[in-house]
Amino acid sequence: MSTAAVTPHENRAPNFWQSTNGKKVVMAVTGAIMFLFIIGHVAGNLQIFEGPAKLNAYGHFLHSIGELLWPVRIVLLLCVGLHITATVQLAMRNKAARPVGYSRKQAINSSYASRTMYWSGPIVLAFIIFHLLQFTAGYIHPGSQFIEGDVYHNVVAGFQVWWVSVWYIIAVSLLGFHLRHGLWSMFQSIGYNHPRHTPLLKKAAFVIALLITLGYISIPISVLAGFIK
Amino acid sequence: MKLTLKIWRQKNRGEKGNFVSYTMNDVNPEMSMLECLDVLNETLIEKGEEPVAFEHDCREGICGSCGFMINGVAHGPERATTVCQLTMRHFKDGEELVIEPWRAAAFPQIKDLVVDRRAFDRIIASGGYVSVSTGNAPDGNTHLIGKDTSDRAMDAAACIGCGACVAACPNASAALFTGAKITHLGILPQGKPEQDRRARGMVAQMNTEPFGSCTNIGECTGACPKEIPLEVISAMNRDYLVGSWKKRDDDVRVVRPMTEWSTGSKLKIDPNATS
Repeated sequence: MSTAAVTPHENRAPNFWQSTNGKKVVMAVTGAIMFLFIIGHVAGNLQIFEGPAKLNAYGHFLHSIGELLWPVRIVLLLCVGLHITATVQLAMRNKAARPVGYSRKQAINSSYASRTMYWSGPIVLAFIIFHLLQFTAGYIHPGSQFIEGDVYHNVVAGFQVWWVSVWYIIAVSLLGFHLRHGLWSMFQSIGYNHPRHTPLLKKAAFVIALLITLGYISIPISVLAGFIK
Repeated sequence: MKLTLKIWRQKNRGEKGNFVSYTMNDVNPEMSMLECLDVLNETLIEKGEEPVAFEHDCREGICGSCGFMINGVAHGPERATTVCQLTMRHFKDGEELVIEPWRAAAFPQIKDLVVDRRAFDRIIASGGYVSVSTGNAPDGNTHLIGKDTSDRAMDAAACIGCGACVAACPNASAALFTGAKITHLGILPQGKPEQDRRARGMVAQMNTEPFGSCTNIGECTGACPKEIPLEVISAMNRDYLVGSWKKRDDDVRVVRPMTEWSTGSKLKIDPNATS
């Protein structure tokens, strides 16, 4: 080893996507788009409380706008793909950034939700795949027959199987945790933080995540309790 | 007071390290953590053993030389305190303190509690400065800077570059450090002309070093002895985003991280020697 070992060598700078900051911006934007879907989806689902006719009409309406349905689905799939690609690449980088771990490590300032994003994310993904197979494609429909177009029947019959409901409630609660951190964190990633507004944003993220979670899980609970038959 | 120090001992980067427990029976509660290590080292030297290597300089909490993990918290349990300012009265009599160095791929081990933090120097060299013409010092108040702006710049400038943010981050990210430097210069008129280029240069170098990514969880700001706010990270993200959008060419260059030490000196010194 000589002075050559400490001679500066120039490298090419990482571009936007190669930089961790750029990937986080992509994650923030794709996360925001998926959040819009989650809002629309919970609002649509809650129509189940207005009876079979209303919900089935809503389902029919979504399928009738065929030219719009697929572009929306493609955008959402693209968002899911980019969000996951960025996460996996960053997670691998982060793992490599600390090859030797601490013998003892204490979290002193972070929320439980923020520290478990790597867990809540993949579990929610697994749930979404199951959920699509059950209610969109109808491949998995334990306990009853899937009837194309009869959304109300499919939902009620599906949730009457206790483990489907439990799995749904757990997954949606984890989605709530994911949103509780993600909803304010996306602003931080694209460069917005303000000493007055960010604390409000964090509170809003908590309230919105809670409302969304309650909105979703009210459906299986109502089915199990017999309010919806 | 009686304390058991379980300290990470490692001769050099090549050799495996392990924890060694040292029992200290008469620790003065008014001593600082570093003075406690000084006392321990004196007893070790008297016994003919190798003293514990740790970095220190000013011992008044402003230089950023010292720092290690105590019981899994960077700089120990007291908020906004470096280990040199941490007095032993904050620990309970008979307590065991697990002391280990910062752990990050970007901070390779040198010896015991000493790590190589040159990655921070390279980040600074890639944009953490203002290019000003030399000459007489300008008159005071030629630049009008509002009190709130100067306060924010000062808060960010308080960063001493100790590395606790990297150590506390579960991803070993240097976002708080880099953000502090970008914010400190970027919001002042003297730093404005180079704001975009600085953000792109420093972020590029940060991403070339083996640091992890920021997940906005805030462990860094909790461990920071200067309580640098998380706001600086968003300022870095914003400046980087704006700079990346406005750039006209790829003029930013980065330096390849180096972890070796020069042995070109005519003095026959082996940098990996242990004593």
